[in-house]
Amino acid sequence: MTLRLTSQAALALMLAGSLAACAHKKPPMATGMNDGSSGSASMPGDRGPSTYGSTGVGSGASGGGYPGGYRPGSAEEFAANDGDRVFFDYDQYTLRAEGRAALDAQAAWLTRYPNVQIRVEGNADERGTREYNFALAGRRASATREYLSTKGINPARMETISYGKERPLDTSGTEPGMARNRNAHTAIVSGAR
Amino acid sequence: MTMTRPLARLAAAVSLLLAAATPALAASPPQQPPVEIDVSGGQVQPLPIAAPAFAGADARTSQLGGQIARVMAADLERSGFFRPLPQSAFPQATLDIAVQPDLTAWRGAGAQALVNGLTTIDADGRLRVDFRLWDVGSGSGANAGGQGQLLGLQFTSTPENWRRMAHKVADAVYRQLTGEDGYFDTRIVFVAESGTRAQRIKRLAIMDQDGANPSFLTDGTEQVLTPRFSGTSQEITYMTLGTDAARVHLFNIETGRHETLGDFSGMVFAPRFSPDGTKVAFSVQKDGNSDIYVMDLRSRESKRLTTDPSIDTSPSFSPDGTKVVFNSDRGGSPQLYVMNANGSNQRRISFGKGRYTTPVWSPKGDWIAFTRQEGSTFHIGVMHPDGSEERTLTSAGLDEGPTWAPNGRVLMFARESAGSSRLWTVDITGRVSRAAEYRAAATDPAWSPLLK
Repeated sequence: MTLRLTSQAALALMLAGSLAACAHKKPPMATGMNDGSSGSASMPGDRGPSTYGSTGVGSGASGGGYPGGYRPGSAEEFAANDGDRVFFDYDQYTLRAEGRAALDAQAAWLTRYPNVQIRVEGNADERGTREYNFALAGRRASATREYLSTKGINPARMETISYGKERPLDTSGTEPGMARNRNAHTAIVSGAR
Repeated sequence: MTMTRPLARLAAAVSLLLAAATPALAASPPQQPPVEIDVSGGQVQPLPIAAPAFAGADARTSQLGGQIARVMAADLERSGFFRPLPQSAFPQATLDIAVQPDLTAWRGAGAQALVNGLTTIDADGRLRVDFRLWDVGSGSGANAGGQGQLLGLQFTSTPENWRRMAHKVADAVYRQLTGEDGYFDTRIVFVAESGTRAQRIKRLAIMDQDGANPSFLTDGTEQVLTPRFSGTSQEITYMTLGTDAARVHLFNIETGRHETLGDFSGMVFAPRFSPDGTKVAFSVQKDGNSDIYVMDLRSRESKRLTTDPSIDTSPSFSPDGTKVVFNSDRGGSPQLYVMNANGSNQRRISFGKGRYTTPVWSPKGDWIAFTRQEGSTFHIGVMHPDGSEERTLTSAGLDEGPTWAPNGRVLMFARESAGSSRLWTVDITGRVSRAAEYRAAATDPAWSPLLK
C-alpha cells in the first residue's frame, strides 16, 4: 500500500476539498428548497429555521407538521440556530454572557427531556499548536459541563472530550470563521426523540 | 565547531556494515587542514563536491552505481552544506577506485572534494559498495596542499537496500567533512492528510528521509495525530482521536505489534518516549485540567509529574533522561518550563515575545526547539536548555511541531498555507530552509534515529 500522490493529484484533492466545503456552507434559509418533500431530517451542520432558542423564524420550509419545523425533543430542535454551541474568546475558556444564556436554554431543554445523554465537545481555532489546543479546548468543554451542572443537569448525563483544532466548523481561515471555531458543542449521544 | 576527526574514530562509528577497511585507509591523513565545513553557524558557502557514478562491472552494477551516486549527492545537496558539481563539469566520467583520481584535474573543474566508488554483486548475490572520499586540495601545481584520501569504506547489503547504502555513504561523507554525525539513513513518520479540512482523513505514514518509499501505516478509519519515534528502536507512539475518546498507542514498525496504552479516566494526549524507550510521558486531561504523567512500559505504572491547575502538556525528555521540558500556561500564557524527570524543580525557561509551545529536546542535548507564536505569525526556534541564545529560524502564517534529525542539527516541521500543510526542513542556523521531498498534504513529522 504505497502512496504516490503526485502534486497534481494532491492539487485535485485540494480543489475537490474546497468545492465540497463551499457546497456544504449553505445560507441558513436555503433548506428544503430543492425538494418538496417533508424534510425534517436535515443534514448535520445544516441549520434550518426553528423556534428553538430564537424568536421564531418559523417558516414551514422543512415541513413535518411541527411549528418551527422540528419535532419537539429532537436533536435537530436542540441544534437549531447554533443552540447547541457556545463560543469563546481567543485563548479563553471563560463563558461569555451570551454563552451562559445559550447554556441556560440548553439546560432548560435538557431538564425537559431527562433521558437525553450529552457529550460536550471542546474546540479551538487553528491559531495554536495541536497539543496546546487539545488542552485549551478541553477546558472549554469542562467549563461548559460545569455550568450545565450548576443549572441542575446531572453530571452523569454529560461526558466531555476535546477535539482541539481538529474539527473546525468553519474552514475559511477568516477572523469570524476562527471565532466560530472556538466553541463547545453539546452533542446528543442518546435519548432524543 | 569546525573540526577534523581522527580517521580511526570515524571508522569505528560506521563499522556496522563495514566489512574491512581498505588498505588505502591506512594512508596518512593530509598534513594540511583538509576541506571542512562549519555547520554550527555563520555564513557558509556550500562545498563543491563531485560525485561521479560509482563504477560497475556490468550493466546492472553500473546502473546501481549511478543511482547510488545520485541519491548520495542529493542528500548532501539538501543539507545545504554541499554543492554537487554537474556531470558536464566532470574531467573524468567514471573512476577506477584502484587508481588515484587526477585530483588536480578535479580541482580544476571546481571541486573541493570528490567521492568515487565501485558497486559489485558478489557470488551470493549481495551488493557491495566501496567508496573513497578525496580532498582534491588547494593551491596549484605540484605544491598543491591538502590533497589526499580522507576516507575509504565498504558497505555490504542486499541489492534492494541500495538506497540505504547510498544514504550511509552520504552519512560518512557528511561526518568526515562537517565533524557532525550524519542523518541521511533515517526515516520520517508523519500524518498524511486527505479529505476536506472540515472532514480530514489522517493516516499514519512513513517514508525515507529523502521522501522515497512512502507508505501508509494506518487505513484512515481513525484520525491519527502526533506520532513520535522511540530513540532506540523502530517503535512509535501516537494518538488517535475518535468521536468520544482519545487514545495513546504503541506501534512497532518492524514487527507490526500494536497496543493501546491503557485506559485513562480522562483524555490522554501528547505522548513521547523517554530516550531509552522504557517510558512514555503524556498529558491526561481531567475536569479541564491537563497534567503530565509518565508511564513505565514494563510495570505499566503511571506517575503524575505536574499538579498545577493550569495547562501542562507536550513533555519532551532530555537525551540523558534526567529532565523534561514541557509547555504550561501557569504564568498566564503558554511558555516553556523544565523540570527534573521526577517532577521536581519546575522552572520557566522562555521569556521572549509571544506564546511558546511544542518544546522538543535535541538528541544532542544542547538545544530545545519550539514553536513560538507572536500575533498571527508562527516561528520555529531554538534555545539552550537554560533559555539562553534563543534563535528564530522560520516565520510563516502557521509553522508548528518541530522534530529533530538524530544529529541535532536539522529540524523538520509542518507549514500550513492556503489551508494545506506541507513538511519543511530547516537547519539550526536558520540558513537552510526548504520543503521536504514529500509534496502532498502532511503534518506532524517525527524523525527516526539512525537506522541500525
